[in-house]
Amino acid sequence: MNLEELNATATSERLARMKKRHHMYVCVGTACQALNSEQIAKALQAELKQRGQAADVEVKCVGCPGLCSLGPLVEIESRVNGQAAAAEAEDDRRRSVLYQFVKPEDAGEIVAHLDGEPVKRLETPLDQPFFTRQTKIVLEHCGKIDPERIEDYIAVGGYQALLKVLTEMTPQQVIDEITRSGLRGRGGAGFPTGLKWGTVAKSDPSAYPTHVPEGIQSRKFVICNGDEGDPGAFMDRSVMEGDPHRILEGMAIAAYAVGANQGFIYVRAEYPLAVKRLRTAIRQAQRAGLLGNGIGGTAFSFNVDIRLGAGAFVCGEETALMASIEGGRGVPRPRPPFPAESGLWGCPTLINNVETLANVPPIIMKGAAWFAGIGTEKSKGTKVFALTGQVANTGLIEVPMGISLREIVFDIGGGIPGGRQFKAVQTGGPSGGCIPAQFLDMPVDYESLAKVGSIMGSGGMIVMDDSTDMVEVARFFMEFCMDESCGKCIPCRAGTVQMHRILTKIQEGRATRRDIQILEELCDMVKHTSLCGLGQSAPNPVISTLRYFREEYERKVNGEQKPEARSQRAEARGQKPEGRSQKPAIRS
Amino acid sequence: MPRTLTINGQEISARSDQTILEAARDAHIHIPVLCHLDGLTDVGACRMCLVEVAGSNKLLPACTTRVQEGMEVRTDTERLRAYRRQIIELLFAERNHVCAVCVANGHCELQNLGIEVGMDHVRYDYIFPTLGVDLSHERFGMDHNRCILCTRCVRACDQLEGAHTIDVMGRGAKSLIIRDMNVPWGESITCTSCGKCVMACPTGALFKQGSTVAEMVHDAEKLAFLRAAREKRVWNV
Ligand code: SF4
Ligand code: SF4
Ligand code: SF4
Ligand code: FES
Repeated sequence: MNLEELNATATSERLARMKKRHHMYVCVGTACQALNSEQIAKALQAELKQRGQAADVEVKCVGCPGLCSLGPLVEIESRVNGQAAAAEAEDDRRRSVLYQFVKPEDAGEIVAHLDGEPVKRLETPLDQPFFTRQTKIVLEHCGKIDPERIEDYIAVGGYQALLKVLTEMTPQQVIDEITRSGLRGRGGAGFPTGLKWGTVAKSDPSAYPTHVPEGIQSRKFVICNGDEGDPGAFMDRSVMEGDPHRILEGMAIAAYAVGANQGFIYVRAEYPLAVKRLRTAIRQAQRAGLLGNGIGGTAFSFNVDIRLGAGAFVCGEETALMASIEGGRGVPRPRPPFPAESGLWGCPTLINNVETLANVPPIIMKGAAWFAGIGTEKSKGTKVFALTGQVANTGLIEVPMGISLREIVFDIGGGIPGGRQFKAVQTGGPSGGCIPAQFLDMPVDYESLAKVGSIMGSGGMIVMDDSTDMVEVARFFMEFCMDESCGKCIPCRAGTVQMHRILTKIQEGRATRRDIQILEELCDMVKHTSLCGLGQSAPNPVISTLRYFREEYERKVNGEQKPEARSQRAEARGQKPEGRSQKPAIRS
Repeated sequence: MPRTLTINGQEISARSDQTILEAARDAHIHIPVLCHLDGLTDVGACRMCLVEVAGSNKLLPACTTRVQEGMEVRTDTERLRAYRRQIIELLFAERNHVCAVCVANGHCELQNLGIEVGMDHVRYDYIFPTLGVDLSHERFGMDHNRCILCTRCVRACDQLEGAHTIDVMGRGAKSLIIRDMNVPWGESITCTSCGKCVMACPTGALFKQGSTVAEMVHDAEKLAFLRAAREKRVWNV
């Protein structure tokens, strides 16, 4: 497809859409699908057919609109003026209704109420802060388009940015635009995206030994990191499931900018729906000439393949991820050399996370200045968070950088349920830390989070109420890191095991003050000597809970001073030496 | 192009393609290593050789970091010494290193490092996992309880013998050295019985059968000789 054909498709899609009086969007993201939402779509269709309204109403299966805790969700958009469709009508005002907890049996009632008042029993207000306080860039199409139809994506302006860069911009101009936008990597560390692109663009594939397998034409690569493994995180999954073409377009633009002709999307195999939709999207884009050889009639070629990860958390680390794509054991290697210089098969490789790439097409279309106008001085744009834990509204949110934690937890999240008190919010998953109530008014951006000992991470946000045991939180994350350590370097492999043992001892009332001291020393050592980010950040949840909730640790240790606890300990030690009885030893 | 840098305040010169470790050794400055072995590629895994470099807040492994002009390297700070001791202690606690009954007693790099870093006791819980001893090979044996997962045997078998019989299975603390698809050594169809892995091993994990306590000497220097001889095609020294 060239630009003209793209525009023609977009127009005819829009016209067809306008002919319909009502649009029903049924969420078929993983969470809603698990609650049988595909059956709802079928029931709605059957009901419409029976009433002879099928021609007037469109039922669309869409990605996640965000509020997973109320799912399955069905959104209905209807023309307000009630007139028969006049395609050119400027006055295309629409009314939206959102239904929560929908069941297939509700189909009849929903269809019957299409033109009248909404079904009160199912309705959830759309003007609640959960929706009104968000700013959607990455998720703008999630929940609005059918992720399995490329035409849907084209109708909302998809692939315009790609054809624009291919026909109107030089690679350097693309890089400049991204640099000016201030976009930073959304995978966790927040490295400036434009700078990374520029480095890959300038890197010479012959500077390091390369050994690219036969049949691969490219000497530079673009990788989309979709290996989302943080407990409680599903940001990238939702984008991959809800708007897969957006990622392909972002990758193709990146590839053009850095001079790559081959891309890989690395997705964990636990995301079968994302994999399926990405596969469909790749096939459709290839058929439309928007991927493959001579894209859009230009000389630029770019192919994308999917690689499945077997579910090792460490494979989210870029050097381990590349080893895995190459077919080796997914273990990290020391950097430098960085992937930008020597990555996949020794070639310069650009590796960006899903959310980063999804930000690219709108930056190209709307301009760097528009993007840079959102967010804070140093953190531009929006961030997608998976809001979970002890909060009324759990789900996926996208907010401008610089929003306060309080707004996220109490306005968007709807506060703490069950009349309990807020205690802390854990950000950044196993690499992050716990932020206590005193920082609720802190703006959420890369620097502020780092200042209080946490990180943005990929965007998991777990809200905890006053019933939460912070030592247990630390122990949970340490257990995760211990199980996910690749085992290559000693500090992480053996250090996490020992830290986990001490945390367990503290929990069981068997620890002394000395154990806390040893724990702190281990945190410091593992953080500073581990080979990759997994080990370097594994101590963070412990460090931050020790920093803000130290008294909880001390209370448990002091409890140990009770004489009967001490004798129990001695008894246990006398009968069976610690550890020997526990098999496998690292799980206590 | 030569490079000038300082290590522990001492000015030294190095070739631009040298690592900090190589440059330090040329200048007779000692940096402790464990996963590094002359003749094999470096993996930067044991973290014993970490050094401080002025201007970087990250500690860098001397074995994989190339020298740079004007670099200021410190190899022996208080902090590094403390970390090295902790790492060695972690290794001693991880599996089963009772030197008194080990075939490599007195010829063991782990033991030597324990002495070097001044480890007089271990602060951590001994884990003592139950691991096996593989005596199925007619000449060699493997005791997983003494293995520190340095992967020197893996690299020796792959890079010097070209057999790639050995690899690592599992991850984290459950990592295990295996042969072929986890078969007993004696049943491996790819092993050529060359013994290079045994030479490479820093501990008593790999040994010649029949060696008694304190008898097992590893001739790891032979491996470096082999590599150099092959590359330079010089066989007599
Ligand atoms: S820090 Fe952990 S995950 Fe990373 S290389 Fe070391 S052992 Fe593997
Ligand atoms: S004896 Fe030789 S071939 Fe066999 S495992 Fe050891 S190094 Fe490999
Ligand atoms: S067997 Fe020896 S050489 Fe091989 S990984 Fe274990 S300690 Fe290292
Ligand atoms: S010798 Fe450098 S990390 Fe092991």
